[in-house]
Amino acid sequence: MKTHRLFVWLVLVTVLALVVAACAAPAAPQAPASGGAEEAAAPEGGESGEVLELNIYNWSTYIAPETIPRFEERYGVKVNYDIFDSNEELLAKLQGGNPGYDLIVPSDYMVEIMINLGMLEELDHENIPNIANLDPTFQNPRYDPGLKYCVPYQWGTMGIGYNIEATGGEIDSWWSFWDEKYAGRIAWLDDPRAVMGVALLLLGYDINTTDPDQINEAKELLLEQKPLVAAFAPDTGQILLDEGEVDLTMEWSGDIFQVMEENPAIRYSIPKEGSIVWTDNMCIPKGAPHKELAEKFINYILEPEVGAELSNYIRYATPNAAALPLINEEDRNNPGIYPPPEVMERLQFVVDVGEATVLYDDAWTEIKSAQ
Amino acid sequence: MHESLSRRRGHRAQFWFLFTPGAFWLGFFFLLPLLIVLVYSFFTRGPYGNVIYRWTADNYARLLNPIYFQIFWQSLWMAVTTTVISLLVGYPLAYYIARQRQPWRNVLLLLVIIPFWTNFLVRTYAIMVLFRTEGVVNAVLQGLGVIQEPLQIMYTPFAVTFGLVYGYLPFMVLPLYASIEKFDFSLIEAAQDLGANGWRSFLRVMLPLTLPGIVAGCILVFIPAIGAFVTPDLLGGAKTMMIGNLTQQQFLKARNWPFGSAVSISLMVIVSIAAWIYFRYGEEEML
Repeated sequence: MKTHRLFVWLVLVTVLALVVAACAAPAAPQAPASGGAEEAAAPEGGESGEVLELNIYNWSTYIAPETIPRFEERYGVKVNYDIFDSNEELLAKLQGGNPGYDLIVPSDYMVEIMINLGMLEELDHENIPNIANLDPTFQNPRYDPGLKYCVPYQWGTMGIGYNIEATGGEIDSWWSFWDEKYAGRIAWLDDPRAVMGVALLLLGYDINTTDPDQINEAKELLLEQKPLVAAFAPDTGQILLDEGEVDLTMEWSGDIFQVMEENPAIRYSIPKEGSIVWTDNMCIPKGAPHKELAEKFINYILEPEVGAELSNYIRYATPNAAALPLINEEDRNNPGIYPPPEVMERLQFVVDVGEATVLYDDAWTEIKSAQ
Repeated sequence: MHESLSRRRGHRAQFWFLFTPGAFWLGFFFLLPLLIVLVYSFFTRGPYGNVIYRWTADNYARLLNPIYFQIFWQSLWMAVTTTVISLLVGYPLAYYIARQRQPWRNVLLLLVIIPFWTNFLVRTYAIMVLFRTEGVVNAVLQGLGVIQEPLQIMYTPFAVTFGLVYGYLPFMVLPLYASIEKFDFSLIEAAQDLGANGWRSFLRVMLPLTLPGIVAGCILVFIPAIGAFVTPDLLGGAKTMMIGNLTQQQFLKARNWPFGSAVSISLMVIVSIAAWIYFRYGEEEML
């Protein structure tokens, strides 16, 4: 009898542990129906002396420490700040209905997808006069002509982060990822479109091609290189580089600059064949409880001092022409952050390819599962 | 007459009282989501990654591509390896714990359970600290002069298997312990009195009588192992694709919920068939 009870107890503990283990799995997509009903009940505010709340959903390590407190103080509101780590996670969370966010920060191609899925509110430009501060190149992007739905927040490039002590010289080409010398010392970003984009670039094709033959050629090129790969890193390539786990990594510019401060052997370069450029953009999702306040926040970010303080802290590039003179000179003159015009010409945006996404996905599955 | 009727009513009320919470829980948090996944697996991916409510069996047809067979096979292989190693490590451990005196025995059991109080992800990161090129294992081995150059341990199949065995070992040890603890060791003495040697008495007496624990442990390890996706990503460098990774990729990167659902349903069917065969076979063995 005693042992029987013990067995039941053990099974209970085991089942509990299984449940806990299952919950521990990160980045599990949310079921569409369970978008968080509680969160949706974000306080309405505005009336009866209640404090207005602004619910922001942004990338991690992507704001300066003073930005939010100053906004709260100036407008007498409270800001709730929540973070995500991929565009896809953001989309999955909002696809089942907005759980109460007022402001989100998707990248260029995701803005396009969200516009097409009818997930974004149109912005009232009357409430955002500071839009005039934006650099003209960011006033009319291909993914949202006339900025009807979004305002650029930060921009940057993707390139190679490397350890100059290990390479013994400068790295300026994506072909170094195919160099046997670095076998087992290379990390790609675990992002199908970015990695496939590099292969397409090297083959001289458009990184947004929908031609099955070109996608297939890019796949073959990457399969050839697979034995040299140490890891496909989920946006942690800079950490692997810093810890000496790899010598070359494909990463977003700011991530590399952040570890460069601690590790003098780390360098960043935009390869001569070209690379990917991106913008992250402030948008208001459909069903946002406090649209006007969100527009006030967008306008606030576009103030020269606020924008400069932000970029000086997170070390990505500002799209704000009025803020540029206030950017630290060291960053302003860094070609890795603000590339010269001849490099800019070789940078391309990743655009959503619609139905062809399945072609990229098939190729990616094959690359990832190859031995 | 009246009395029995009211008593029966009382029974019925009690039945509903006990039955409703569990049924509600299972219905809303298991059956309904499962049904949604099943239905989604027959829908179509829209051009922007949305779900279009148009019936199709294409998602399942796409799974016939040999590449997916390979992924299923790799996952199956990885899960079987993990289960076998867990059993080989777990059985002696459970045996040892069961043979200890109290309170030492409870202390050992507690030590098996304690890792569960820390998040699985945190424990995986701890393994990474051990296995890194400049990690603890390499530093110790180099310090002792065993190796000259650091070993590449991270991002190898070894690291993935180690992480899985480490993570799921308690699921094996606990049911095994419960079985072995119930086992009457005088039976071993009886077998040896009748001329069986140690190995033979283990094989013919102890093993069959602790089989329920072995079956329970194997199932509890196998099922989470075949769906694992965090460990292959973090410790394997995302270089091999398991079913769990494939499913995650479909829901996030490829934004193809219908195909992701079809992968999930197929995995569920395969595991269910395997478990069913195992149970039938196991029961016959036990009789």
